[in-house]
Amino acid sequence: MTLEEKKQEIIEDFSLYDEWLDKYEYLIELGKSLEPFPEEKKTEDRLIKGCQSRVWLDAEEKEGKLYFTADSDAIITKGIISLLISVYSGRTREEIAADDFGFVAEIGLKENLSPTRANGLVSMINTIKNLAENGR
Amino acid sequence: MTITEIRAQFPILNTQVYGKPLVYLDNAATAQRPEAVVDCWKQLVEGSNANIHRAVHHLAAQATDAYEGARDRVRSFLNASAREEIIFTSGATASINLLASSFGQVFVNQGDEVIVSACEHHSNIVPWQLLCERKGAILKVLEPEEDGLLSVQKLQTLLTPRTKIVAIAHISNVLGLVNPVKELVAVCHSAGIPVLVDGAQGVVHEKIDVQDLDCDFYAFSGHKIYAATGTGVLYGKKKWLEAMPPYMGGGEMIETVKFSGTTYAPLPMKFEAGTQNFNAVPTLVPALDFAESARESKEVQQEQKAILDYVYTALTENDQIVLYGSNRQARIPLFSFAVKGVHHEDLALILDKMGIAVRSGQMCAEPLMDYLGVTGLLRVSFAPYNTLEEAKYFIKSLNRAIEMLV
Repeated sequence: MTLEEKKQEIIEDFSLYDEWLDKYEYLIELGKSLEPFPEEKKTEDRLIKGCQSRVWLDAEEKEGKLYFTADSDAIITKGIISLLISVYSGRTREEIAADDFGFVAEIGLKENLSPTRANGLVSMINTIKNLAENGR
Repeated sequence: MTITEIRAQFPILNTQVYGKPLVYLDNAATAQRPEAVVDCWKQLVEGSNANIHRAVHHLAAQATDAYEGARDRVRSFLNASAREEIIFTSGATASINLLASSFGQVFVNQGDEVIVSACEHHSNIVPWQLLCERKGAILKVLEPEEDGLLSVQKLQTLLTPRTKIVAIAHISNVLGLVNPVKELVAVCHSAGIPVLVDGAQGVVHEKIDVQDLDCDFYAFSGHKIYAATGTGVLYGKKKWLEAMPPYMGGGEMIETVKFSGTTYAPLPMKFEAGTQNFNAVPTLVPALDFAESARESKEVQQEQKAILDYVYTALTENDQIVLYGSNRQARIPLFSFAVKGVHHEDLALILDKMGIAVRSGQMCAEPLMDYLGVTGLLRVSFAPYNTLEEAKYFIKSLNRAIEMLV
Protein backbone atom coordinates (compact mmCIF):
# COMPACT_ATOMS: atom_id res chain seq x y z
CA MET A 1 0.00 0.00 0.00
CA THR A 2 1.39 3.40 -0.90
CA LEU A 3 1.66 6.16 1.66
CA GLU A 4 -1.31 7.93 0.09
CA GLU A 5 -3.42 4.77 0.08
CA LYS A 6 -2.60 4.07 3.72
CA LYS A 7 -3.54 7.60 4.74
CA GLN A 8 -6.80 7.31 2.82
CA GLU A 9 -7.57 4.06 4.58
CA ILE A 10 -7.16 5.68 7.99
CA ILE A 11 -9.27 8.66 7.02
CA GLU A 12 -12.00 6.23 5.98
CA ASP A 13 -11.65 4.21 9.17
CA PHE A 14 -12.05 7.33 11.24
CA SER A 15 -15.06 8.50 9.29
CA LEU A 16 -16.93 5.34 10.32
CA TYR A 17 -17.31 6.73 13.80
CA ASP A 18 -19.46 9.74 14.57
CA GLU A 19 -18.56 10.10 18.20
CA TRP A 20 -15.14 10.84 19.55
CA LEU A 21 -15.64 8.28 22.25
CA ASP A 22 -15.84 5.63 19.52
CA LYS A 23 -12.73 7.04 17.88
CA TYR A 24 -10.96 6.71 21.20
CA GLU A 25 -12.05 3.09 21.38
CA TYR A 26 -10.48 2.61 17.96
CA LEU A 27 -7.25 4.27 19.14
CA ILE A 28 -7.27 2.18 22.33
CA GLU A 29 -7.54 -0.99 20.24
CA LEU A 30 -4.67 0.20 18.06
CA GLY A 31 -2.66 0.89 21.21
CA LYS A 32 -3.38 -2.51 22.66
CA SER A 33 -2.39 -4.31 19.46
CA LEU A 34 0.92 -2.50 19.10
CA GLU A 35 3.89 -4.87 19.04
CA PRO A 36 5.65 -5.10 22.41
CA PHE A 37 8.52 -2.67 22.78
CA PRO A 38 11.58 -4.09 24.55
CA GLU A 39 12.14 -2.67 28.05
CA GLU A 40 15.84 -2.08 27.34
CA LYS A 41 14.89 0.26 24.51
CA LYS A 42 12.99 2.55 26.89
CA THR A 43 15.91 4.92 27.17
CA GLU A 44 16.08 8.65 27.64
CA ASP A 45 17.23 9.28 24.06
CA ARG A 46 14.21 7.43 22.65
CA LEU A 47 11.77 9.39 24.80
CA ILE A 48 9.78 11.98 22.85
CA LYS A 49 10.02 15.32 24.58
CA GLY A 50 6.90 17.43 25.02
CA CYS A 51 4.41 14.66 25.81
CA GLN A 52 2.59 14.55 29.12
CA SER A 53 2.74 10.78 29.23
CA ARG A 54 5.94 8.97 28.31
CA VAL A 55 6.33 7.98 24.66
CA TRP A 56 9.32 6.11 23.24
CA LEU A 57 10.06 5.91 19.54
CA ASP A 58 12.74 3.90 17.81
CA ALA A 59 13.64 3.65 14.11
CA GLU A 60 15.66 1.09 12.21
CA GLU A 61 16.70 1.33 8.61
CA LYS A 62 16.44 -1.77 6.40
CA GLU A 63 17.05 -1.73 2.64
CA GLY A 64 16.59 2.01 2.46
CA LYS A 65 13.37 2.06 4.44
CA LEU A 66 12.65 3.19 7.96
CA TYR A 67 10.83 0.90 10.38
CA PHE A 68 9.43 2.41 13.55
CA THR A 69 8.61 0.82 16.87
CA ALA A 70 7.08 2.67 19.81
CA ASP A 71 5.48 2.49 23.22
CA SER A 72 3.73 4.69 25.75
CA ASP A 73 2.51 4.30 29.32
CA ALA A 74 -0.82 5.88 28.32
CA ILE A 75 -2.95 3.78 26.00
CA ILE A 76 -4.59 6.50 23.91
CA THR A 77 -1.20 8.07 23.29
CA LYS A 78 0.03 4.61 22.38
CA GLY A 79 -2.85 4.33 19.93
CA ILE A 80 -1.90 7.65 18.37
CA ILE A 81 1.76 6.74 17.93
CA SER A 82 0.66 3.33 16.65
CA LEU A 83 -1.48 5.08 14.04
CA LEU A 84 1.43 7.26 12.98
CA ILE A 85 3.92 4.43 12.65
CA SER A 86 1.42 2.26 10.76
CA VAL A 87 1.45 5.03 8.16
CA TYR A 88 5.14 5.86 8.09
CA SER A 89 6.85 2.54 8.82
CA GLY A 90 8.35 0.93 5.75
CA ARG A 91 8.69 4.22 3.88
CA THR A 92 11.87 5.82 2.59
CA ARG A 93 13.44 8.80 4.33
CA GLU A 94 12.56 10.94 1.30
CA GLU A 95 8.91 9.94 1.39
CA ILE A 96 8.57 10.77 5.05
CA ALA A 97 10.52 14.02 4.85
CA ALA A 98 8.39 15.19 1.93
CA ASP A 99 5.09 14.37 3.63
CA ASP A 100 3.06 17.16 5.26
CA PHE A 101 1.30 14.92 7.82
CA GLY A 102 -1.90 16.62 6.72
CA PHE A 103 -3.99 13.49 7.25
CA VAL A 104 -3.73 14.09 11.02
CA ALA A 105 -5.70 17.28 10.52
CA GLU A 106 -8.13 15.53 8.18
CA ILE A 107 -9.16 13.03 10.81
CA GLY A 108 -9.45 15.90 13.31
CA LEU A 109 -7.09 14.24 15.73
CA LYS A 110 -5.19 17.27 16.88
CA GLU A 111 -8.31 19.38 17.42
CA ASN A 112 -9.86 16.72 19.58
CA LEU A 113 -6.99 16.31 21.96
CA SER A 114 -6.35 18.37 25.04
CA PRO A 115 -3.79 21.13 24.37
CA THR A 116 -1.08 19.17 26.17
CA ARG A 117 -1.83 16.05 24.11
CA ALA A 118 -2.00 18.10 20.92
CA ASN A 119 1.50 19.39 21.71
CA GLY A 120 2.52 15.80 22.29
CA LEU A 121 1.18 14.85 18.89
CA VAL A 122 3.17 17.64 17.27
CA SER A 123 6.26 16.36 19.09
CA MET A 124 5.63 12.84 17.80
CA ILE A 125 5.31 14.10 14.22
CA ASN A 126 8.45 16.23 14.54
CA THR A 127 10.40 13.29 15.95
CA ILE A 128 9.38 11.05 13.05
CA LYS A 129 10.34 13.79 10.58
CA ASN A 130 13.64 14.38 12.33
CA LEU A 131 14.50 10.71 12.30
CA ALA A 132 13.80 10.65 8.57
CA GLU A 133 15.75 13.80 7.81
CA ASN A 134 18.71 13.44 10.11
CA GLY A 135 18.81 9.85 11.29
CA ARG A 136 19.43 9.19 14.94
CA MET B 1 -30.30 28.82 49.36
CA THR B 2 -31.25 25.68 47.45
CA ILE B 3 -28.91 23.97 44.98
CA THR B 4 -31.31 24.84 42.16
CA GLU B 5 -31.04 28.49 43.17
CA ILE B 6 -27.28 28.20 43.38
CA ARG B 7 -26.97 26.59 39.96
CA ALA B 8 -29.07 29.37 38.45
CA GLN B 9 -26.33 31.79 39.50
CA PHE B 10 -23.72 29.98 37.39
CA PRO B 11 -24.71 30.19 33.72
CA ILE B 12 -21.59 28.24 32.71
CA LEU B 13 -23.08 25.12 34.27
CA ASN B 14 -25.57 24.97 31.41
CA THR B 15 -22.74 24.50 28.93
CA GLN B 16 -22.86 21.48 26.65
CA VAL B 17 -19.56 19.80 25.86
CA TYR B 18 -19.48 17.38 22.93
CA GLY B 19 -23.28 17.40 23.09
CA LYS B 20 -23.35 16.35 26.73
CA PRO B 21 -24.11 18.47 29.78
CA LEU B 22 -20.98 19.77 31.44
CA VAL B 23 -20.14 18.16 34.77
CA TYR B 24 -17.47 20.38 36.27
CA LEU B 25 -15.42 18.50 38.84
CA ASP B 26 -12.20 20.49 38.67
CA ASN B 27 -13.20 23.00 41.32
CA ALA B 28 -9.98 22.65 43.28
CA ALA B 29 -8.14 24.08 40.26
CA THR B 30 -10.56 26.96 39.91
CA ALA B 31 -14.18 27.47 40.88
CA GLN B 32 -16.76 28.97 38.56
CA ARG B 33 -17.94 32.54 39.10
CA PRO B 34 -21.51 33.37 40.11
CA GLU B 35 -23.37 36.13 38.29
CA ALA B 36 -22.95 38.48 41.26
CA VAL B 37 -19.17 38.33 40.80
CA VAL B 38 -19.37 38.96 37.07
CA ASP B 39 -21.84 41.82 37.63
CA CYS B 40 -19.58 43.34 40.28
CA TRP B 41 -16.61 43.31 37.92
CA LYS B 42 -18.69 44.73 35.07
CA GLN B 43 -20.06 47.53 37.25
CA LEU B 44 -16.58 48.49 38.40
CA VAL B 45 -15.17 48.59 34.89
CA GLU B 46 -18.15 50.36 33.37
CA GLY B 47 -19.10 52.58 36.26
CA SER B 48 -16.17 53.41 38.48
CA ASN B 49 -12.90 52.64 36.76
CA ALA B 50 -10.19 54.84 38.27
CA ASN B 51 -6.90 54.25 39.99
CA ILE B 52 -7.39 53.92 43.70
CA HIS B 53 -6.13 55.90 46.70
CA ARG B 54 -4.37 58.81 45.02
CA ALA B 55 -6.75 60.92 42.99
CA VAL B 56 -9.32 63.27 44.54
CA HIS B 57 -11.99 62.84 41.86
CA HIS B 58 -15.34 61.12 42.24
CA LEU B 59 -14.58 57.91 40.32
CA ALA B 60 -11.37 57.36 42.24
CA ALA B 61 -13.26 57.69 45.50
CA GLN B 62 -15.78 55.07 44.36
CA ALA B 63 -13.05 52.70 43.21
CA THR B 64 -11.15 53.19 46.47
CA ASP B 65 -14.27 52.52 48.53
CA ALA B 66 -14.93 49.31 46.62
CA TYR B 67 -11.34 48.15 47.05
CA GLU B 68 -11.10 49.00 50.74
CA GLY B 69 -14.58 47.58 51.29
CA ALA B 70 -13.24 44.27 50.06
CA ARG B 71 -10.53 44.46 52.71
CA ASP B 72 -13.18 44.82 55.40
CA ARG B 73 -15.11 41.89 53.95
CA VAL B 74 -12.01 39.66 53.92
CA ARG B 75 -11.25 40.71 57.50
CA SER B 76 -14.70 39.64 58.66
CA PHE B 77 -14.55 36.46 56.56
CA LEU B 78 -11.30 35.38 58.23
CA ASN B 79 -12.21 36.98 61.57
CA ALA B 80 -8.89 38.81 61.57
CA SER B 81 -8.56 41.31 64.39
CA ALA B 82 -7.69 44.29 62.16
CA ARG B 83 -8.11 45.31 58.52
CA GLU B 84 -4.39 46.19 58.34
CA GLU B 85 -3.68 42.50 58.61
CA ILE B 86 -5.23 41.84 55.21
CA ILE B 87 -2.78 42.27 52.31
CA PHE B 88 -4.08 41.96 48.76
CA THR B 89 -1.93 39.99 46.34
CA SER B 90 -2.48 38.35 42.95
CA GLY B 91 -3.11 34.93 44.49
CA ALA B 92 -1.94 32.41 47.08
CA THR B 93 1.33 31.89 45.19
CA ALA B 94 2.10 35.61 45.33
CA SER B 95 1.13 35.69 49.01
CA ILE B 96 3.58 32.94 49.88
CA ASN B 97 6.34 34.44 47.76
CA LEU B 98 5.83 37.76 49.51
CA LEU B 99 6.04 36.08 52.89
CA ALA B 100 9.05 33.91 52.10
CA SER B 101 10.91 36.89 50.73
CA SER B 102 10.07 39.53 53.34
CA PHE B 103 9.93 37.30 56.40
CA GLY B 104 12.98 35.42 55.23
CA GLN B 105 15.00 38.55 54.68
CA VAL B 106 14.84 39.40 58.37
CA PHE B 107 14.18 36.20 60.22
CA VAL B 108 15.92 33.41 58.29
CA ASN B 109 19.71 33.22 58.26
CA GLN B 110 22.44 30.76 57.36
CA GLY B 111 21.96 27.40 59.05
CA ASP B 112 18.36 28.18 60.06
CA GLU B 113 15.57 25.77 59.21
CA VAL B 114 12.25 26.09 57.42
CA ILE B 115 9.68 23.27 57.59
CA VAL B 116 7.17 22.44 54.86
CA SER B 117 5.09 19.28 54.57
CA ALA B 118 5.45 16.60 51.89
CA CYS B 119 1.83 17.26 50.90
CA GLU B 120 2.32 20.86 49.77
CA HIS B 121 1.45 22.46 46.47
CA HIS B 122 4.58 23.65 44.63
CA SER B 123 3.58 27.19 45.57
CA ASN B 124 4.22 26.37 49.21
CA ILE B 125 7.54 24.64 48.47
CA VAL B 126 9.46 26.55 45.83
CA PRO B 127 9.33 30.02 47.47
CA TRP B 128 10.86 28.44 50.59
CA GLN B 129 13.44 26.56 48.53
CA LEU B 130 14.44 29.82 46.88
CA LEU B 131 14.72 31.48 50.27
CA CYS B 132 16.83 28.63 51.68
CA GLU B 133 19.15 28.75 48.66
CA ARG B 134 19.52 32.50 49.05
CA LYS B 135 20.22 32.34 52.78
CA GLY B 136 22.02 29.04 53.12
CA ALA B 137 19.14 27.76 55.23
CA ILE B 138 17.82 24.21 55.39
CA LEU B 139 14.41 23.08 54.13
CA LYS B 140 13.02 20.23 56.21
CA VAL B 141 10.10 18.05 55.18
CA LEU B 142 7.23 17.01 57.42
CA GLU B 143 5.81 13.70 56.22
CA PRO B 144 2.14 12.83 56.73
CA GLU B 145 0.85 9.93 58.79
CA GLU B 146 -0.20 6.71 57.06
CA ASP B 147 -3.76 8.06 56.68
CA GLY B 148 -2.57 11.24 54.92
CA LEU B 149 -2.95 13.71 57.79
CA LEU B 150 -0.20 15.87 59.26
CA SER B 151 0.37 15.14 62.91
CA VAL B 152 1.64 16.92 65.98
CA GLN B 153 3.82 13.89 66.82
CA LYS B 154 5.77 14.00 63.56
CA LEU B 155 6.03 17.77 63.61
CA GLN B 156 7.48 17.75 67.12
CA THR B 157 10.37 15.53 66.03
CA LEU B 158 11.36 18.11 63.40
CA LEU B 159 11.25 21.29 65.45
CA THR B 160 14.64 22.57 66.63
CA PRO B 161 15.90 25.87 68.04
CA ARG B 162 16.94 26.70 64.43
CA THR B 163 13.38 26.34 63.06
CA LYS B 164 12.23 29.80 61.93
CA ILE B 165 8.89 29.11 60.27
CA VAL B 166 6.57 26.20 59.47
CA ALA B 167 4.50 26.32 56.25
CA ILE B 168 1.66 23.83 55.86
CA ALA B 169 -1.55 23.40 53.91
CA HIS B 170 -4.87 23.66 55.68
CA ILE B 171 -6.18 21.10 53.18
CA SER B 172 -3.85 19.37 50.71
CA ASN B 173 -4.99 19.98 47.14
CA VAL B 174 -4.30 16.32 46.41
CA LEU B 175 -5.42 14.46 49.51
CA GLY B 176 -8.46 16.57 50.38
CA LEU B 177 -7.98 16.12 54.13
CA VAL B 178 -8.42 18.90 56.70
CA ASN B 179 -5.20 19.02 58.69
CA PRO B 180 -5.37 19.65 62.47
CA VAL B 181 -4.01 23.13 61.94
CA LYS B 182 -4.95 24.51 65.33
CA GLU B 183 -3.01 21.77 67.13
CA LEU B 184 -0.05 22.09 64.79
CA VAL B 185 0.05 25.84 65.35
CA ALA B 186 -0.09 25.38 69.12
CA VAL B 187 2.91 23.05 69.06
CA CYS B 188 4.93 25.51 66.97
CA HIS B 189 3.95 28.41 69.19
CA SER B 190 5.05 26.59 72.31
CA ALA B 191 8.49 26.65 70.69
CA GLY B 192 8.06 30.29 69.59
CA ILE B 193 7.85 29.39 65.89
CA PRO B 194 5.38 31.16 63.55
CA VAL B 195 3.18 29.22 61.12
CA LEU B 196 1.92 29.97 57.61
CA VAL B 197 -1.22 28.13 56.64
CA ASP B 198 -1.73 27.73 52.89
CA GLY B 199 -5.48 28.09 52.76
CA ALA B 200 -5.99 27.86 48.98
CA GLN B 201 -8.28 24.85 49.49
CA GLY B 202 -9.07 25.36 53.17
CA VAL B 203 -10.78 28.70 52.73
CA VAL B 204 -13.25 27.15 50.29
CA HIS B 205 -14.38 24.34 52.56
CA GLU B 206 -13.86 25.38 56.15
CA LYS B 207 -15.15 28.25 58.21
CA ILE B 208 -11.96 30.17 58.90
CA ASP B 209 -11.24 31.99 62.12
CA VAL B 210 -7.60 33.04 62.08
CA GLN B 211 -7.78 34.16 65.70
CA ASP B 212 -9.06 30.79 66.79
CA LEU B 213 -6.52 28.90 64.64
CA ASP B 214 -3.98 31.39 65.95
CA CYS B 215 -1.89 30.96 62.80
CA ASP B 216 0.54 33.78 62.08
CA PHE B 217 -0.14 33.88 58.34
CA TYR B 218 -2.94 32.58 56.14
CA ALA B 219 -2.80 32.70 52.34
CA PHE B 220 -5.51 32.12 49.75
CA SER B 221 -6.50 32.82 46.15
CA GLY B 222 -9.69 34.56 45.10
CA HIS B 223 -10.38 32.46 42.02
CA LYS B 224 -10.79 29.22 43.96
CA ILE B 225 -13.48 30.85 46.09
CA TYR B 226 -15.56 32.26 43.19
CA ALA B 227 -13.87 35.69 42.90
CA ALA B 228 -12.11 37.08 39.83
CA THR B 229 -8.73 35.64 38.87
CA GLY B 230 -5.69 37.65 39.87
CA THR B 231 -6.96 38.27 43.38
CA GLY B 232 -5.45 36.86 46.52
CA VAL B 233 -4.89 37.50 50.18
CA LEU B 234 -2.12 37.25 52.69
CA TYR B 235 -3.36 37.52 56.23
CA GLY B 236 -0.61 38.20 58.73
CA LYS B 237 -0.52 39.09 62.39
CA LYS B 238 0.30 42.75 62.74
CA LYS B 239 3.39 42.13 64.89
CA TRP B 240 4.96 40.07 62.08
CA LEU B 241 3.87 42.27 59.19
CA GLU B 242 5.25 45.32 60.96
CA ALA B 243 8.59 43.60 61.50
CA MET B 244 8.88 42.54 57.85
CA PRO B 245 10.46 44.77 55.17
CA PRO B 246 8.47 45.60 52.01
CA TYR B 247 8.45 42.99 49.25
CA MET B 248 8.27 45.21 46.20
CA GLY B 249 9.00 48.91 45.94
CA GLY B 250 7.05 51.60 44.13
CA GLY B 251 3.58 53.06 43.97
CA GLU B 252 1.58 53.52 47.14
CA MET B 253 3.88 51.58 49.44
CA ILE B 254 5.89 54.65 50.39
CA GLU B 255 5.59 57.42 52.92
CA THR B 256 8.32 59.69 51.54
CA VAL B 257 10.89 59.02 48.83
CA LYS B 258 14.26 60.75 48.99
CA PHE B 259 17.58 59.76 47.49
CA SER B 260 18.90 59.91 51.00
CA GLY B 261 16.41 57.21 52.01
CA THR B 262 12.76 56.19 51.64
CA THR B 263 10.26 55.58 54.40
CA TYR B 264 7.39 53.21 53.94
CA ALA B 265 3.66 53.51 54.22
CA PRO B 266 1.96 51.86 57.20
CA LEU B 267 0.18 48.50 56.86
CA PRO B 268 -1.38 47.29 54.68
CA MET B 269 -0.11 49.61 51.93
CA LYS B 270 3.51 48.80 52.74
CA PHE B 271 2.99 45.48 50.95
CA GLU B 272 0.82 46.72 48.09
CA ALA B 273 3.30 48.22 45.62
CA GLY B 274 2.23 49.34 42.19
CA THR B 275 -1.24 49.66 40.73
CA GLN B 276 -3.48 47.17 42.42
CA ASN B 277 -6.01 44.91 40.70
CA PHE B 278 -8.77 47.30 41.67
CA ASN B 279 -11.32 46.05 39.14
CA ALA B 280 -11.06 42.51 40.46
CA VAL B 281 -10.38 42.75 44.20
CA PRO B 282 -13.91 44.04 45.04
CA THR B 283 -15.36 40.85 43.49
CA LEU B 284 -14.18 39.17 46.67
CA VAL B 285 -17.21 40.72 48.38
CA PRO B 286 -19.96 38.94 46.40
CA ALA B 287 -17.71 35.86 46.16
CA LEU B 288 -17.26 35.53 49.90
CA ASP B 289 -20.94 36.35 50.46
CA PHE B 290 -21.80 33.48 48.16
CA ALA B 291 -19.28 31.13 49.77
CA GLU B 292 -20.71 31.85 53.20
CA SER B 293 -24.35 31.44 52.29
CA ALA B 294 -23.60 28.24 50.33
CA ARG B 295 -21.70 26.88 53.30
CA GLU B 296 -24.57 27.70 55.64
CA SER B 297 -27.24 26.18 53.39
CA LYS B 298 -28.70 23.03 54.95
CA GLU B 299 -29.46 21.61 51.51
CA VAL B 300 -25.89 22.15 50.34
CA GLN B 301 -24.51 20.58 53.51
CA GLN B 302 -26.71 17.50 53.01
CA GLU B 303 -25.88 17.21 49.32
CA GLN B 304 -22.13 17.61 49.93
CA LYS B 305 -22.26 14.92 52.59
CA ALA B 306 -24.24 12.64 50.29
CA ILE B 307 -21.68 13.21 47.50
CA LEU B 308 -18.80 12.56 49.87
CA ASP B 309 -20.33 9.32 51.15
CA TYR B 310 -21.33 8.11 47.72
CA VAL B 311 -18.02 8.80 45.97
CA TYR B 312 -15.91 7.60 48.90
CA THR B 313 -17.80 4.31 49.02
CA ALA B 314 -17.74 3.83 45.25
CA LEU B 315 -14.00 4.47 45.02
CA THR B 316 -12.98 2.43 48.06
CA GLU B 317 -15.20 -0.56 47.25
CA ASN B 318 -13.62 -0.95 43.82
CA ASP B 319 -10.53 -3.21 43.95
CA GLN B 320 -9.12 -1.62 40.81
CA ILE B 321 -9.00 1.80 42.46
CA VAL B 322 -6.52 3.14 44.98
CA LEU B 323 -7.72 6.24 46.83
CA TYR B 324 -4.92 8.32 48.38
CA GLY B 325 -5.31 9.77 51.86
CA SER B 326 -7.31 7.03 53.55
CA ASN B 327 -8.62 9.12 56.45
CA ARG B 328 -12.39 9.25 56.23
CA GLN B 329 -13.30 11.75 58.92
CA ALA B 330 -11.18 14.68 57.81
CA ARG B 331 -12.15 14.39 54.15
CA ILE B 332 -13.78 17.06 52.03
CA PRO B 333 -15.46 16.12 48.73
CA LEU B 334 -12.13 16.00 46.89
CA PHE B 335 -10.66 12.67 45.81
CA SER B 336 -7.35 11.78 44.17
CA PHE B 337 -6.97 8.22 43.02
CA ALA B 338 -5.30 5.81 40.65
CA VAL B 339 -6.79 2.96 38.66
CA LYS B 340 -4.53 -0.07 38.53
CA GLY B 341 -3.01 -0.66 35.11
CA VAL B 342 -4.63 2.47 33.65
CA HIS B 343 -2.94 5.79 32.95
CA HIS B 344 -4.66 8.75 34.64
CA GLU B 345 -4.43 10.79 31.47
CA ASP B 346 -6.39 8.22 29.45
CA LEU B 347 -9.16 8.31 32.02
CA ALA B 348 -9.25 12.11 32.00
CA LEU B 349 -9.46 12.17 28.19
CA ILE B 350 -12.34 9.74 28.06
CA LEU B 351 -14.20 11.41 30.92
CA ASP B 352 -13.78 14.70 29.06
CA LYS B 353 -15.59 13.25 26.07
CA MET B 354 -18.35 12.21 28.44
CA GLY B 355 -18.68 15.85 29.49
CA ILE B 356 -16.85 15.52 32.80
CA ALA B 357 -14.03 17.92 33.65
CA VAL B 358 -11.51 16.29 35.99
CA ARG B 359 -7.86 16.92 36.72
CA SER B 360 -5.08 14.48 35.91
CA GLY B 361 -1.36 14.55 36.51
CA GLN B 362 0.80 15.72 39.35
CA MET B 363 -1.50 18.54 40.45
CA CYS B 364 1.43 20.83 41.21
CA ALA B 365 2.58 18.46 43.94
CA GLU B 366 5.44 16.48 42.43
CA PRO B 367 7.12 15.77 45.79
CA LEU B 368 3.86 14.27 47.07
CA MET B 369 3.58 12.12 43.93
CA ASP B 370 7.12 10.87 44.57
CA TYR B 371 6.24 10.23 48.20
CA LEU B 372 3.16 8.23 47.16
CA GLY B 373 5.19 6.45 44.46
CA VAL B 374 2.98 7.47 41.52
CA THR B 375 3.60 9.45 38.32
CA GLY B 376 0.26 11.17 38.59
CA LEU B 377 -3.32 10.77 39.78
CA LEU B 378 -6.84 11.58 38.76
CA ARG B 379 -8.63 14.15 40.89
CA VAL B 380 -12.28 15.10 41.22
CA SER B 381 -13.29 18.03 43.42
CA PHE B 382 -16.86 19.05 44.12
CA ALA B 383 -18.37 22.50 44.75
CA PRO B 384 -21.71 23.53 46.28
CA TYR B 385 -23.26 23.68 42.79
CA ASN B 386 -22.45 20.03 42.15
CA THR B 387 -25.17 17.46 42.75
CA LEU B 388 -25.35 13.85 43.87
CA GLU B 389 -26.76 13.09 40.43
CA GLU B 390 -23.53 14.42 38.89
CA ALA B 391 -21.49 12.32 41.31
CA LYS B 392 -23.42 9.24 40.22
CA TYR B 393 -22.92 10.09 36.56
CA PHE B 394 -19.22 10.51 37.25
CA ILE B 395 -18.90 7.08 38.89
CA LYS B 396 -20.88 5.43 36.09
CA SER B 397 -18.71 7.15 33.47
CA LEU B 398 -15.53 6.25 35.33
CA ASN B 399 -16.52 2.59 35.35
CA ARG B 400 -17.27 2.70 31.65
CA ALA B 401 -13.91 4.40 30.95
CA ILE B 402 -12.11 1.74 32.98
CA GLU B 403 -13.87 -0.98 30.98
CA MET B 404 -12.70 0.64 27.74
CA LEU B 405 -9.12 0.88 28.93
CA VAL B 406 -8.46 -2.35 30.78
